[in-house]
Amino acid sequence: MEEISRRRFLGVGAAGTGVVGASVLGFDTARAAEVSQVLRIEGASVARSVCPYCAVGCSLLAYTKQTDGDHVELLQIEGDPDSPVNEGTLCPKGASSLELAMSRRRVPSPLYREPGADEWQQVSWDFALDRLAANIKASRDRTFVAQDADGNVVNRCEGIAFAGGAAFSSEEGYFATKVMRGMGLVYLEQQARV
Amino acid sequence: MTNHWRDIQHADLILVNGANPAEAHPVGFRWMMRAQRERGAKMIHTDPRFTRTSAVADMHVRIRVGTDVAYFGGLINYVLSNNLYHQEYVEWATNAGFVVSPDYAFDNGMFNGFDEETGAYDTTAWAYETDADGIAKVDIDHPRSVLNLMRQHYSRYTPEMVERITGIPRDQFLEVAKLVGQMGTPDKVMTIVYAVGLTHHTTGVQLIRSGAVLQLLLGNMGRPGGGMNAERGHANIQGNTDHAISWEILPGYLRIPAPGQRDLVDYVDESAPKRSRPNAYNYFGDGYRRFMVSLLKTWYGDTATKDNEYAFNYIPKPAENSSWISIYDSALKGNMEGVMLSGMTATSIGPDSNQVLQALSNLKWLCVMDPFATTSSEFWRAPGMNPSDVQTEVFVLPATHWIEKDGSFVNSGRWSQWKDQVIQPEGEAMHDHWILAELFSRVRALYEKQGGKFPDPIRNLTMDYADPVKPSLDELAQEINGRDLTTGKRLESFGDLLDDGTTTAGDWIYTGHYPESGNLTKRRDGVQDPEKNDPTGMGFYSNWAWSWPVNRRVLYNRASADPQGRPWDPERPGIVWDADQGLWVGDVPDYPDDEPPGPDATLPFIMTGEGTGRIFSNGVADGPFPEHYEPVESPVDNPLHPDVSATPAAYRYDEQAGRPNRFGTSDEFPYVATSYRLTEHEHYVTQNVEKLTQLQPEAFVEVPADLAVEKGIETGDHVRVSSKRGKLEVRAVVTKRLGALEIDGKKVYQIGIPIHWGFVGINTGQHWLANALTPFVGDASSRTPEFKAFLVNIEKM
Repeated sequence: MEEISRRRFLGVGAAGTGVVGASVLGFDTARAAEVSQVLRIEGASVARSVCPYCAVGCSLLAYTKQTDGDHVELLQIEGDPDSPVNEGTLCPKGASSLELAMSRRRVPSPLYREPGADEWQQVSWDFALDRLAANIKASRDRTFVAQDADGNVVNRCEGIAFAGGAAFSSEEGYFATKVMRGMGLVYLEQQARV
Repeated sequence: MTNHWRDIQHADLILVNGANPAEAHPVGFRWMMRAQRERGAKMIHTDPRFTRTSAVADMHVRIRVGTDVAYFGGLINYVLSNNLYHQEYVEWATNAGFVVSPDYAFDNGMFNGFDEETGAYDTTAWAYETDADGIAKVDIDHPRSVLNLMRQHYSRYTPEMVERITGIPRDQFLEVAKLVGQMGTPDKVMTIVYAVGLTHHTTGVQLIRSGAVLQLLLGNMGRPGGGMNAERGHANIQGNTDHAISWEILPGYLRIPAPGQRDLVDYVDESAPKRSRPNAYNYFGDGYRRFMVSLLKTWYGDTATKDNEYAFNYIPKPAENSSWISIYDSALKGNMEGVMLSGMTATSIGPDSNQVLQALSNLKWLCVMDPFATTSSEFWRAPGMNPSDVQTEVFVLPATHWIEKDGSFVNSGRWSQWKDQVIQPEGEAMHDHWILAELFSRVRALYEKQGGKFPDPIRNLTMDYADPVKPSLDELAQEINGRDLTTGKRLESFGDLLDDGTTTAGDWIYTGHYPESGNLTKRRDGVQDPEKNDPTGMGFYSNWAWSWPVNRRVLYNRASADPQGRPWDPERPGIVWDADQGLWVGDVPDYPDDEPPGPDATLPFIMTGEGTGRIFSNGVADGPFPEHYEPVESPVDNPLHPDVSATPAAYRYDEQAGRPNRFGTSDEFPYVATSYRLTEHEHYVTQNVEKLTQLQPEAFVEVPADLAVEKGIETGDHVRVSSKRGKLEVRAVVTKRLGALEIDGKKVYQIGIPIHWGFVGINTGQHWLANALTPFVGDASSRTPEFKAFLVNIEKM
């Protein structure tokens, strides 16, 4: 992360808002926006991100400030004017990506639903991971085919599928492939087809 | 994309098919608008709907959904019959001159090689005539040359036939054809931009191939401003396809081994492209074994030795197609026990959501890794479900957002851009890869303790990370790049990979993105200094991030210059032969960088066995030339061959499994429907974002104004839209953006269905799933579902 300096910010801000000029409100909105934004991100650090939505790959600048203790507050997300892809612009989804990042609708903890139950139970990570690991092993052992009917060595697990990852970082996706193939999965899928 | 977003500004003509970039990829669309504004480029939007893309385009061509092969086929016919193709390019850089085996036949909608019992073609029946060494005969004037067979094949695609199939009036079609026909000269270049409006069909692969064939004929592949450019819909579909979260491949598009392949020799023999011209480079084919051995060394380390074929038998070999629909098909058959979903919700995605809900109910367990509740995590209490009947054990594991972790996203243009971890994970949320590392470590411990089926691959999978349950994405990026095991240094290029077990690469196409000098995807030398960062002025910005392969920005770019190494258009060079330096300069060449041009030089398409682009190809399951087939549910019989109306090779899951038919007919369901996305939403996740749900709060369908009059429907009325498989009860938006088409003498209406709503989200009253309507059928080659063309009825409620 790079500490934002007032001078650097103003340079960026001028490029971003300079076209507005004096408006119907009778005062210079660009200047007003500049002043209020300087206050908003003063002393902030800027980090580089990429929009999480479609695959245009718009670069984002994310402004954060360290508050109490270790907590880092996300103040603002905007388009990166240096990007040869988006040159600072964003669509409505990208421009509101701060709301996705800060959503209050997150799943708070691992949840577990017993067969036939009509409610969730909040469970610990250890409970969920141990139980899932046991399920994976049991399903793998039950559905593993070492040799097919023609005598070919195939070493595949037919009873487990993994699908996911359009919002994975690439390296996470690679790791998912490695682990799933390592366990012998053949049912492997992500968003490309659907 | 063969090219990249910024490159579209170089086009003279932009064909947009099966896409609505102004609304679905708004920031990418600016490059199309820039081509219009600064080059005077023309944009033709060929789409069932008049959208904001059409509003900006120079021409909106209303087409019936799923008929783009007829449109592109008509353009191919126009270009061929008026000799408007780029002759020098076609003869040098495509397989137009290859002579096809006398076995090849096409008659009344059927190619040769079809097996009635399996419902599939034997694709090896579509072959070149070769000598004993597999070298193809080349004679462009031969009656069975690809060019002549293609002329014959597409001669049926007259403007009249195009009109009968697509509904595009012939005069308007000819207006398009005239513009397209001007794009076969060296000083002109056209791009084709598409999205899931082409892919989401039972004929999706051929829809795209028909565009690619046209581009090869016009000499537009490999050139700046040209190419076939797929707009991907999610931030990192591209990266995760490259890294092979996909049943049929291993990282870097190596094929998954098949049963019967006993060792690497069998595997490479059956998987790698073979050289069919003496001067074809066949780089992929030649490198296949090196790439595979390096991958196996990465995954299985010291266990992978020459004596055990580098642990080749640890890699699972699928019995059959194991893609998205196949997962739920297997669950419906009672064979699938457990499913893990991360950032994808099966219930909403469908197709045939009601059948998917049944499939999920058949599982023993389901694990959803996601930041939010989804229609899959909550499927057991979906409207109409009785939780006590659902015996599936369900887990939700809270995962982190993109901004809570670092790592790269790869955009549609193959640019891999690193992002920082900006904030800490919220609450108890854990990174997906740490969840998987934890699960794997626990599964491994269970096998160590209890034994079980073939534990060797689990026991020996490399986990050489500082903390094996918390691998960092930086460590993984280095692993993907690969090393020389002798020196321990990270490699600069996949050219350095060996097949003797002394190199690693987790994904060979990414070798070089993280050399010893550092992670190149972090580079940010962009438009802040165009003179320094874009010296050619072509917008390559080669020090902004990194693109695969080897930071090349335009694929197949050898074909951007003529056989003598001069750019077809000096104003828009891709690469240029610099005789003084003895090097190709410009973009990173898709060619040996110091091989001079000349009559016997290596052919331009170095990755294929032919050395050329493929107009005729046996790499697809439903025909070597794209042919128009009707959607499986269609209001008309195929005017080309009514007896073989839909493709015989589409995979009808229910029929194959012996389940009852779930396809409707036009007597009961007289209207064509198509599904699509809105600017304000991204699939289903944005139902959790307040601003966006305020902008687009409620599910609706778009109804053509004329049909609305017939049905007495007004904007705001509640309507029921039903297919053979399910229904929606939502409000109607009556619009002239959707108009009636005249198809083979029949009036056909198309209804538009945005997909974004479900029973989970901020607006909980919105419980209808658009994909309850869509059919459970897959493309012959890719098994991509038919989300875009199906039959419905509509009634006012």
